[in-house]
Amino acid sequence: MKEIVHPLHRFIRPSVTSTTNCPGCGNGIVAQSILRAIDELRMDLDDFVFVSGIGCAAWIPSPFFNADVLHSLHGRPIAYALGIKMGLPEKNVMVVSGDGDLAAIGGNHLIHNARRNVEMTVICVNNRIYGMTGGQAGPTTPRGVTTTTTPYGSFENSFDISRLVIAAGASFVARWTTVHARELTRSIKKAIKKKGFSFIEVHSQCPVQFGRKSGLNGSVQMMEDYRKRSIRVEKAADLTAEQLNGRIVVGELVDLKKPEMVEEIQKIRARAMRRPQ
Amino acid sequence: MIAERIQPGRYFMMGNEACAAGALAAGCEFAAGYPITPATEIANQLAKRLPEVGGGFLQMEDEISSIAAIIGASWTGKKVMTVTSGPGISLMSENIGFAVGVETPCVIVNVQRGAPTTGMPTVGVQGDVVQAKHGSHGDYEIIALCPSSPQEMFNYTVTAFNYAEKYRIPVFVLADAFVGHMREEVIIPDAETIERIYRKIPVQGTDPQTIRGFLDEDVAPMPIFGRGYKAHVTSSCHDEAGKRNLIDVSSLDLFVRRLSNKILKHKEEITIVERNYRDGDVVLVSYGPVARAAAAGAELAREAGIPAGTLRLATIWPFPDHEIERMARRAKHVIVLENNLGQMYPYIKAAAARYVDVSFLPPKFVGQIQDPEDILRRIREVVQ
Repeated sequence: MKEIVHPLHRFIRPSVTSTTNCPGCGNGIVAQSILRAIDELRMDLDDFVFVSGIGCAAWIPSPFFNADVLHSLHGRPIAYALGIKMGLPEKNVMVVSGDGDLAAIGGNHLIHNARRNVEMTVICVNNRIYGMTGGQAGPTTPRGVTTTTTPYGSFENSFDISRLVIAAGASFVARWTTVHARELTRSIKKAIKKKGFSFIEVHSQCPVQFGRKSGLNGSVQMMEDYRKRSIRVEKAADLTAEQLNGRIVVGELVDLKKPEMVEEIQKIRARAMRRPQ
Repeated sequence: MIAERIQPGRYFMMGNEACAAGALAAGCEFAAGYPITPATEIANQLAKRLPEVGGGFLQMEDEISSIAAIIGASWTGKKVMTVTSGPGISLMSENIGFAVGVETPCVIVNVQRGAPTTGMPTVGVQGDVVQAKHGSHGDYEIIALCPSSPQEMFNYTVTAFNYAEKYRIPVFVLADAFVGHMREEVIIPDAETIERIYRKIPVQGTDPQTIRGFLDEDVAPMPIFGRGYKAHVTSSCHDEAGKRNLIDVSSLDLFVRRLSNKILKHKEEITIVERNYRDGDVVLVSYGPVARAAAAGAELAREAGIPAGTLRLATIWPFPDHEIERMARRAKHVIVLENNLGQMYPYIKAAAARYVDVSFLPPKFVGQIQDPEDILRRIREVVQ
């Protein structure tokens, strides 16, 4: 009898035999969407360099993807990714990290590289909490949620990361949840092909930390909640801010054509090299 | 291509410009930085010159992203550098440890200025010399070179690139506002006389599973990105293949020791010093522009009939204790001079004190290099 092998198994680093994800974690769905997108585009992992920061989501490419992977410092993956893109403009550079990594400690690099419109794909796995360190509040934690650092309930306003990145100037922004695996895969394919800074926010369940703390418990309940609260961007356009309170606006939020920075640098280089010295 | 990078000749040149010229001569392809006094002339020059030779300079949103971007570019096989001053180094510190941990060649120029904190930006001090060694968390070794003239800003920037490539490590050029802004004769030699070292990389087509790209005390080949090596590069504790290990303490021990030994094992070949002393001399030990005052002070002493000499450290990290010992065995007395309150002094004293008396001569004002007359006065005191 032939051994049954997952069709995406060939993308997994041979030396890796187990995952560090908790049971019910959304990371597996996001990882599959990324690999399916690459597979459906008939691309190879050698066409990519993956960069991740610190946090649970950073473990999606590292060490699992059998590719060049830089597992870097907390908050900085986009900054390394910029240097990698400068050195290897023909490769696809993909950053996979969490909301804390990209929007809290790394927020500056996120907005500035969206502004620069550097060609890279950034997948932000948003579980609205710090998972790995034991369930602390972050800039995406909703008001009122009790966490280990907000024992009286979170008293801060939270970020809408996608809107932040749109405002900063990204050329492609999409938001999905883990119940939208097919839509997510389609958007990742578009993001990979996009000439510019593309950003995908994926709301992803952390049953162990956010689930317990928010009272939703269990990944199935959390995903049902995602399904219930999600609203397509086209439908959301007709609703007021008040009506959208608590909803997750999903879909492709922005898809623009604008100058990409590395290409602009190549033009300048061509000009500078012609100049008599 | 190299010809366009090097314009040989005799110049009257600012130290910071000589540093940029050195970077080009060494083969720098990518630089990133954030504006800061007194280092800006280097960045300005690189921004103009790098695109002309097919490279690039990026002004980043801060110093953290500056060093992160050059680390990323270094992993694509490029020769890289960043330039800043003390406040920028403080922001880069976490990433300096990262570059050490994942063995990334890069050059970091610190044009030191009056500190702590915002301090006095246009005044040169040697306030960051211990920070260069110990600024990031954990045990690690680093290389730091101290130029004392614009000519050495050129020479040691080239050396810094070569050491970075050879040992896969961040190398500091520890300049300061004095040597950075000083204008002097700088001779840029012909391209073919300048040694340029490039890092080892695995043979093209090597089975990624067999690559051991880390933790070799004799420097592992760097599995740079984009060549199909499927490199797993993590700053977490890892083994020779780059595989993370967060369980065995023995693997942490190996991680720490191998990285340190990679430098310590090659300390003698990394060490650059200028010995100008004889048996029985009062020896003035210094580095950077202070060495110019030390040389003048020793000269005055000799004219006054007092045997005096100098030991100038161009490499201060890895700490050249073997050179200090060698000198201390022969000296009558050792005086350490620095433009700070005594940062290298404890290290020098620890290596020398079992052989000879060691004292420290601070500057009259921090930020003002010792007056040769004051140095002579101290020499007279110690020989009495």
